[in-house]
Amino acid sequence: MTRVMSGWKLPVIFLASLYVLQAFCALAEEAPSVAADPVLEKRVMRLSEELRCLVCQNQSLSDSNAELATDLRNQVREMMQAGKSDAQIRDYMVASYGDFILYDPPFKMTTLVLWVGPFLLLVLGAVMLARNLKQRRQAVSEQPLTSEQRARARTLLSGNQDEAQ
Amino acid sequence: MARHLIPLLVFVVIVGFLWAGLSLNPREVPSPLIDKPAPEFSLPKLREQGAVLRTDDLRGQVWLLNVFASWCTPCLEEHPLLVDLAKRNVVPVYGLNYKDQRAVALKWLRRHGDPYTGIMVDVEGRTGIEYGVYGVPETFVIDKRGVIRFKHIGPLTPQVLEEKIVPLVKRLQA
Amino acid sequence: MIPELGNFAIVLALLIACVQAFCSLVGAARGNAVWMSVARPAAHALFLLVVVAFACLAYSFLSNDFSVLNVATNSNSTLPWFYRMAATWGSHEGSLLLWILMLTGWMFAVATFSKHLPADMVARILGVMALISIGFMLFLLLTSNPFERLLPPAADGRDLNPLLQDPGMVIHPPMLYMGYVGFSVVFAFAIAALLSGRLDSTWARWSRPWTTVAWSFLTVGIALGSWWAYYELGWGGWWFWDPVENASFMPWLTGTALMHSLAVTEKRGGFKAWTVLLAIITFSLSLLGTFLVRSGVLTSVHAFATDPERGVFILIFLIFVVGGSLALYAWRAPRVGLGGRFELVSRESALLANNVLLLVAAASVLLGTLYPLFLDALGLGKISVGPPYFNAVFVPLMAPALFLMGIGPIARWKKAGIPDLGKRLKWAFGVALLCALLLPFTMGRWSPMISFGLLLAIWIIASGLVNLWERTTQLALVGGGRRVKYLKRLPRGYYGMLLAHFGVAVFIIGVTLVNGYETEKDVRMKPGSTVAIGGYDLRLERLEDMVGPNYSGIRGVVTVMKNGRVVNMMYPEKRLYNVQQMPMTEAAIDTGFTRDLYVSLGEPLDGGDWVVRVYHKPFIDWIWGGAFLMAMGGIVAVSDRRYRLAKARNQKPEAVKDVAPA
Repeated sequence: MTRVMSGWKLPVIFLASLYVLQAFCALAEEAPSVAADPVLEKRVMRLSEELRCLVCQNQSLSDSNAELATDLRNQVREMMQAGKSDAQIRDYMVASYGDFILYDPPFKMTTLVLWVGPFLLLVLGAVMLARNLKQRRQAVSEQPLTSEQRARARTLLSGNQDEAQ
Repeated sequence: MARHLIPLLVFVVIVGFLWAGLSLNPREVPSPLIDKPAPEFSLPKLREQGAVLRTDDLRGQVWLLNVFASWCTPCLEEHPLLVDLAKRNVVPVYGLNYKDQRAVALKWLRRHGDPYTGIMVDVEGRTGIEYGVYGVPETFVIDKRGVIRFKHIGPLTPQVLEEKIVPLVKRLQA
Repeated sequence: MIPELGNFAIVLALLIACVQAFCSLVGAARGNAVWMSVARPAAHALFLLVVVAFACLAYSFLSNDFSVLNVATNSNSTLPWFYRMAATWGSHEGSLLLWILMLTGWMFAVATFSKHLPADMVARILGVMALISIGFMLFLLLTSNPFERLLPPAADGRDLNPLLQDPGMVIHPPMLYMGYVGFSVVFAFAIAALLSGRLDSTWARWSRPWTTVAWSFLTVGIALGSWWAYYELGWGGWWFWDPVENASFMPWLTGTALMHSLAVTEKRGGFKAWTVLLAIITFSLSLLGTFLVRSGVLTSVHAFATDPERGVFILIFLIFVVGGSLALYAWRAPRVGLGGRFELVSRESALLANNVLLLVAAASVLLGTLYPLFLDALGLGKISVGPPYFNAVFVPLMAPALFLMGIGPIARWKKAGIPDLGKRLKWAFGVALLCALLLPFTMGRWSPMISFGLLLAIWIIASGLVNLWERTTQLALVGGGRRVKYLKRLPRGYYGMLLAHFGVAVFIIGVTLVNGYETEKDVRMKPGSTVAIGGYDLRLERLEDMVGPNYSGIRGVVTVMKNGRVVNMMYPEKRLYNVQQMPMTEAAIDTGFTRDLYVSLGEPLDGGDWVVRVYHKPFIDWIWGGAFLMAMGGIVAVSDRRYRLAKARNQKPEAVKDVAPA
C-alpha cells in the first residue's frame, strides 16, 4: 500500500476530526439546569416544602405557582445565598407571618398536646390492653368438661368425621 | 359503664370545637407583629423621583400604613374611605405601593384620589414580606415609637374604621 | 320538566324513608311482623326513586340544560360528553345526590341479599339506614338542591373545573363513596345488635362480607385519588396529608381494625364491644369527613364551595347520628358481654394490639387534622400541621402493626408461645433482614430508612409464605401426597388475607424505594436538547400548537432513549381551557413496572426555551399496585365458600375436610 499522506498529516486529521466530533457532541449536550446553582436549588426546594403558601388552599411554597409563593421562594434563595441557615430563614418567615407558615409545627407550650398526644395515646392504649388481657384471664375462668361432654367429644373426634365441621 | 362513656365524651368535646370552628376563618393569617417594632425601611418615594422615605422620618407621630396597588380591585373598594379619612385630618396615611409600576400607580391615584401624606414604592414586595403582607389591601396602625399596634387584612369598612382604627388612633395620639 | 321530576322523586323518596324508618324500627321493637315487612319493599322503592332522580340530573347535564343552576355552574356545551356525565357529581349538590344514590344502593343490596337474616334484624338494619338517608335527603332538599332552576337560563355554562376533567375524576368519587357509604351497613348492623341485645358470632359472620366489600371500595377510592393527584397536579407527589385526604384515610384505618375485629368475633366470639364500637367509629368518621369537606372549617384543595348554613346542618346531623349511637353504645355495651378467654401471647392478643395501634394511628391523624382548629377556637394562635408532622408520627405508629402482620396469621388462637413463634419465624426474619440490608446496594445507595422499610415489607411476604408452607404441610401430613395438591383446598378467605397482606408489602416497597431513590431535574430545553435521568436520555424534538375540544395549548414531543435506542415517545402538554381561562399542565408519564418517567412543561423562557421538569421515580406504581392487591384480597375473601350459603347447603361432605378458614 502506498503511503497516502506524509507522517504528520494523519495525526492532524485525526485530531481535527476529533475536535469536530466533539463540537457535534456539544450540540447534543445535556440541557442546562434552570437554576444557576442546582445544589442550592435543591436546598431551596427542600425548605420550601416545609413552608406554607399563604394564598393557596393548602399547598407548600415549592408546589405553588402563586405570585406570593414565587416571591417567598426568591426570598429564601437570596437568604441562602447570603449564607443564612435553614433555621434562620424559618425564623425570619415566622417573624413576619407567624407559626402559620410552618408546615412542621414548632414544639412549644401550645403544641405540647399535638406532639406528645400520639405517644401518650399509644402508652394509654398499651396500658389498657395489658390490663384488659389480665382481667380477661381472671374473669373468664374455664370449666373442665363433664364426663358426659368428654364422652361426646371422644365420639365426635374419633368416629364420625363428617359431622365434625 | 363509665368506660363505655368515653367515646361519647370525646365526641362531645370534638363537636364543641367544630361548632366554634364554623364561625372562624381558617385562611386568615393573624399578624405576629402586633406590639412589635415596625420593620425598618428606606424606600423611594412615588411622587418625588430620587427622594427616599425612611421609618425614622415617621417617628414621633401616629400613622397608618396602607398597602395598595393599582391592579388590586378591593383596594378600589376601600379607597373612598381613605380619601375621606384624609380629609378629616385625623391621622396621616402613608401608602406602600406594592409590586406596581410607577406610571400606572400615579395615573390610578390621579383618577381615584390621593389620600396619602407620603407613598413608598415596594417594587419587588420585599418590604411587604417584612410586614407579613400576603394580600392587598392591608392596613397597619403604627404609634409614635414606631410600634405596630393593629393590622387589618382586606379592604377597610366603615365599621372597622370607626369602631377600631379611629378610636385606637385617638388613644395613641393622647 | 325533567329536573322537577328529579326533585319530586327525592321528595317521594324522603316520605317513603320516613315511613320505612318508623315502621321498621317500631315494628322491630314491638315484634310486629306486618310493620317489619315494610322494610324490604320500601328499600327497593327508595333506590329506584333515587335512581330516577340521579338519571334526571345526569340527563340535564348530558342535554346541556342550562336552565338548571347546577348545570350552568359546572358544565359547558364544549365539554366532552363523558365529562358532562361526571360533572353530575362534580359539585357539592351533585356529589350529595351521589351519596344518597350509593346509600340507597347499599340498602337495596341489603334488602336483596339478606334472606337468611331474621326479620327483626333486617327491619332494624334497614330502619337505621333509612334514618340516615332521611338526614341526607333533608340536607339536599333544604340547603343543597341540584335541581334548582336558573331563570333566565344561561346561554352556556361556566365549565367543569379543568382539574376535574380527567378519567380519574370520573371514577374516584363513586369508588370512594361506595366505601364511605358502605360502612353504613355494618354501622346499621351494630346499632341493630345494640337495640336487640343480640350480639354473637353469627352476627359477625353476617356483617363481615359487607364490611370487607366496603373496605375494598374505600381502598380503591383512596388509591385512585392518590394516583390522580400524582398525574394531574404536575409535581409528582401522591399524598399530602391534606384534611380531605385524611378524612378518607381515617375511616380506612378504623375500617381495617373493624375487619380484623370481626374476624375474632366470628371465630372466637370475642371482641364484641370492640367490634361494635369500631363499626360506629368508622361510619362516624365517614360522616365527619362529609362535614369537613363541606363546612369550610378547614382549608383544603378539595373543599367544595362552603356555606355556614350547610356546616350547621351537617353538624346537627352528626350530633344526632354519632351522638345517638355512642350514647346507645354507652348504655347497651355492658350487656354485650365478654368474649372467650385467651392468653397474653395468642392470635387474639396480636389482633387486639393491632386494633389499638390502628385506632391510635387514626386518632393521631384526627388530632393533627383538627389541631389548628382547636388552637384557633381557644384563641391560642394559628398554626399549620402538615406532612412533616404526619410523617413523623404516623410511620413509627404503623411500624409495630406491620411487624405484627407477620406474627398474627401464624399465631395460634387462644394460646401461642413466643419460643414457638420464634422457632417458626426465624428463617423468615433472617431472610428479610439479609435482603433488607443488601438490596439498597443494588439500587445505588444504602440508608437506614430504606433498609427498615424493606425489612418490614419482606418480613410480611416471608412470614406469609411460611404460613402457607405450614398450612399445606399440615394437610399433607393428614391426607398424604404433596403439599402442592392442597393449595386449592385452602379456603378463599385465607388467600384473600394473604393477598391483602402481600399488597401491603408491595405498597411499602413502593413507598420506600420511591422516597429513597427518586431523582428530579429542572432544565431549560429547546428543540434538540437532551436530558439524562435514571439511565434514560430524553430528547425534546419539537413543540407544537394543538387544539382540543374545549382547550388549546402547546404539546411537547419527547423521545425516550435507553443506550441509544428509542424506547418510547412522550407528549407533555400545557393547556389553556377556553371557558375558565385556566392554565393546566398535563404531565406525560411513561409508566413501567419498575419505574415511572415523568415529564412536565414549566414556563416558556425568552429565546424560545422552555423550563422542563423530569422525574425518575423507581417503583412508584407499586404504591397503587399494592393498594389494588389489598382491595383484590378483600374481594377474594368475600367470595369464600361459606358466604355462598345456598350452594353450601347442597354440598356433600368430603372425605377430607379443609382446615378451618383463617
